Amino acid sequence: MHIVVDLNRCQGYAQCVFLTHEVFRLSGDEALTYEPNPDDARRLQVQRAAAACPVQAIVIGRLDGAERSERS
Amino acid sequence: MTLSATLAELVRDFKANGRIVVVGASLAGLRAAETLRGEGFAGSLTIIGDEPYEPYDRPPLSKQVLKGWVPADHTQLPRFRELDADWRLGVAATGLDRATRQVRLADGEQVPFDRLLIATGTRARQWPNPAEAALDGVFSLRSRDDAARLRQALADGPSRVLVIGAGFIGSEVASICRDLDIPVTVAERGPAPLVGALGGVIGEIAAQMQRDHGVDLRCGVGVLSLEGDAGGHVRRARLSDGTTIEADVVLASLGSIRNVEWLEGAGLAAGFWGVGCDAGGRAFDINGVATDTIYVAGDVARAPHVLYEYQFLAMEHWDNAVFGAEVAAHNMVSLEPDYYPHLLLPGFWSGQFGVNIKSVGVPPFGDEIVFMQGSVEERRFAAAYGRNGRIVAAVTFDHGKWLEYYARLIEQSAPFPPPPPGWDRPDVMMPIPAQFPEPGVPTAVPDVVLTGHDPNERRAEFRPRSR
Amino acid sequence: MAEETPWQQALRYANRANPYPFYTELRKTPVARQPDGTYVVSTYREILALLHDPRVSSDVRRIRPGGSAAAGADQDDEAIKEVISLEPNIITSDPPEHDRDRRLLTRHFYGPQDSPHRICDLEPEIRRIVAGLLDEMRGKTRIDAVDEFAYPLPVTVISKILGVPLEDEPHFHAWIETALNALDFGPEAGSPEIQRQLEQGRRSVEDFEKFMAALIERYAEQPGTGMLSAVVHDDGREGRMSEGVLVSNALLLLFAGHETTVNLIAHSVLTLLRHPDALEKLRRRPELIVPGVEELLRFESSVQFWHTRSAVEDIEIAGTTIPKGSPIFLVYGSGNRDPDRFDNPDELDLERPDNQHLGFSQGIHYCFGAPLARLEVQIAVSEFVRRVENPRLVADPPPYRHNQIFRGPRHVLVDIDGVRD
Ligand SMILES: Cc1cc2nc3c(=O)[nH]c(=O)nc-3n(C[C@H](O)[C@H](O)[C@H](O)COP(=O)(O)OP(=O)(O)OC[C@H]3O[C@@H](n4cnc5c(N)ncnc54)[C@H](O)[C@@H]3O)c2cc1C
Ligand code: HEM
Repeated sequence: MHIVVDLNRCQGYAQCVFLTHEVFRLSGDEALTYEPNPDDARRLQVQRAAAACPVQAIVIGRLDGAERSERS
Repeated sequence: MTLSATLAELVRDFKANGRIVVVGASLAGLRAAETLRGEGFAGSLTIIGDEPYEPYDRPPLSKQVLKGWVPADHTQLPRFRELDADWRLGVAATGLDRATRQVRLADGEQVPFDRLLIATGTRARQWPNPAEAALDGVFSLRSRDDAARLRQALADGPSRVLVIGAGFIGSEVASICRDLDIPVTVAERGPAPLVGALGGVIGEIAAQMQRDHGVDLRCGVGVLSLEGDAGGHVRRARLSDGTTIEADVVLASLGSIRNVEWLEGAGLAAGFWGVGCDAGGRAFDINGVATDTIYVAGDVARAPHVLYEYQFLAMEHWDNAVFGAEVAAHNMVSLEPDYYPHLLLPGFWSGQFGVNIKSVGVPPFGDEIVFMQGSVEERRFAAAYGRNGRIVAAVTFDHGKWLEYYARLIEQSAPFPPPPPGWDRPDVMMPIPAQFPEPGVPTAVPDVVLTGHDPNERRAEFRPRSR
Repeated sequence: MAEETPWQQALRYANRANPYPFYTELRKTPVARQPDGTYVVSTYREILALLHDPRVSSDVRRIRPGGSAAAGADQDDEAIKEVISLEPNIITSDPPEHDRDRRLLTRHFYGPQDSPHRICDLEPEIRRIVAGLLDEMRGKTRIDAVDEFAYPLPVTVISKILGVPLEDEPHFHAWIETALNALDFGPEAGSPEIQRQLEQGRRSVEDFEKFMAALIERYAEQPGTGMLSAVVHDDGREGRMSEGVLVSNALLLLFAGHETTVNLIAHSVLTLLRHPDALEKLRRRPELIVPGVEELLRFESSVQFWHTRSAVEDIEIAGTTIPKGSPIFLVYGSGNRDPDRFDNPDELDLERPDNQHLGFSQGIHYCFGAPLARLEVQIAVSEFVRRVENPRLVADPPPYRHNQIFRGPRHVLVDIDGVRD
């Protein structure tokens, strides 16, 4: 799956880190880093993280794979 | 039919049958394409990108990718809707003919359009000496491939990395090197890291932070030359202070160059600082007249901003690409008075040395800075920038939860210095000079620039006044 | 007597089941001064602004009710002091102490920074507890979703995390109950009944504190399992937490760690039974529990408002100046129903887009235990929906608990046909 975190919105609440440490990590107390293309097996965890984000900064792609086969 | 009904019909017809071409298949290009479809544009949509990859995200490249946690090819951007677009990836646009409304491709093809979006971004400025730049072990960092190569070089355990230029990317790379326990030297021509973006006061804090983490930071020095061994691998660098640095990996992070060459001769207001456009994303022609068919978004755009005395801002920031693309795309399929303005309060983030650095507003627009909250020593604080008694920007180190407050003050052009907080006041709360370099002084180029008109670039034709 | 303000009416016990019409009234004045000098903030935008305003303090000791302290103001102040123990805990402190203490507690609650997964590791255990509670309902035709379902889960989990013996639950349950009943911010605060309870509440808080201090003392001498023991012995980066501050935070964690969650589970059951469409949707698409819990919390916020803040400087907001020292109440329950922020705020939409609610607050005091609360409520409510056959509400509205901040039903009686596997 494909996600992106709007790190301008992110205020370092770290809710995603507590929920899915395999996908979201803090570097220090506040700087968030993450795996932008997590394994599909983590979908539920990532959805939980996105729902829990106090500033709704985590966006999950709605179109995984579908269009990626288009002519390119 | 009334005029307004005719216009509405025109918009409907364009949305159904128009042809839109987007050049630049990255953050701005993708978000614009999605917005176009979201706004009901059902005509033909062509996305041209010279990189062979589907749109991916760059900020992770200098952070989690270099660190080795996330592979470089795990940076694809999420998609939010079906685009039904004709993707031309791996082929560059080489020319624009405004008269016939065609984009010329490197493979010779001509792609016609009714509306064009220019989203070609920037590229990394390369080490100026081509022979030295070609040495093995000399890198720059802009693309996924750059990141994959540099990551490999770091994984191979270099004896020392030399980072030339201590802007955000250079500083982030130095930070990753320290995380990986790789010796690193940073050479910066300016007086401190991040000076162009945040000024000398914050730069000094960033310098201390680097040194505390074991970075061999050399400020006020330039790198004169790079030397390789017999096998063509870089081995050392000569500095302007007469010293040499032994290093087998060199990252040139010298700022960026706007990708405007393909627009040569098209008669647009394109130059060193990008393509000039109005706050709605409509490109200016070379005479400063807004075009109706050509739009610009992202790193390559520069537009006037109401909050900053209508000066032209060029912003090499992620949210500027997203928001600018959405605005431009909306306007491409709308008519006045439904245009949106791109009135973003600029913002960015950078994670380095375990600290989250965030900013809102345009720090270099300010000339004074005041520490508002927290402790510089503990590297957790908020500071505000002011100019003429108004707050124009703010920066936080691990204090991101407070940034919103300052953003609101900036939006209101509230007085500077702002009222003191109720607790956790810094020891000194006096506004002091923010110490930005004079325009034109060489330093790592900031990534939000007030791009005043440069007379050297004047190519407009002045028409004599007719009598 | 002067006419009651919308806020005072909202606080009346008679309106506990439905304070929302009064909130609608209240939002017409986003920042509304009350007769006792308190400033009540009810609109989303203004609440958010004050949560990020460094001129606002959460430290009760800085409240200086200004202007004409009307009758009742002093009592409120007293009441606040009674329930909030003397040493500040993280919810009643400001930076830098707040940030330092919260960081230390975070490390012990979630685990070390490089692997903070202690709370998500609890999922199997939470599932076991929930399954057990539902199994117990087998053979019954009527259950109380509060006593038999909402309450036991959170209290078991938080006690275990902290290392508070579950045998002591009857004691601290009673203390908390008494203290909560005594805390009244409304027009009924002066009634003889509340006055009597105030006295009991005071004693309960004392007993609760003594109990916690003794427990921590024990852990200081003899390390044990659980978070409290670990904190007592932590000399890490922040230095050791003083015993008084630790006791105060431990009370907060134990109390906040279940009361609010109980109310959300109870309210969720109640709300879903009132919205059969949503209930049916959740049955068909169980994954909706994830956004669903956010919406349920927006819809019925377990912490309706918070009362320890004050203005440290004069603050101008929404055309009002909050004078220095004035108490500020941020009414999350109203901000979450603000039509300027949420489309059709009085409708329940489990898939509500852009649901950036204030149920857990925002800014530096953002709920410390939110990930635990979410996990517990998601599992409890989704399992209830999946397993309980044909649940029907017996009384609507159900009886409510007295407390205004921690608003929730006392009982939710439900008739059921059975419990699936
Ligand atoms: C390593 C790194 C770290 C960063 N970190 C941050 C950060 O922490 N915070 C932040 O706010 N921003 C950060 N940025 C900046 C951010 O990534 C950019 O602002 C953003 O990528 C701009 O998007 P864009 O689409 O305008 O341009 P680009 O991403 O540059 O995309 C332009 C695309 O157009 C293509 N192109 C160029 N010329 C042509 C042509 N003639 N024909 C066809 N295609 C062409 C390019 O190859 C490229 O794919 C970082 C950037 C980098 C490189
Ligand atoms: C549904 C359940 C819950 C809700 C709705 C809730 C809500 C809130 C709210 C609104 C605040 C902010 C108060 C303020 O304005 O300052 C808060 C703070 C807090 N909550 Fe929760 N909470 C819940 C569950 C929990 C749990 C399970 C814990 C357990 C550990 C917990 C511990 C705390 C603490 C310690 C604070 C203070 C944080 C600080 O000031 O930094 N809460 N909660």
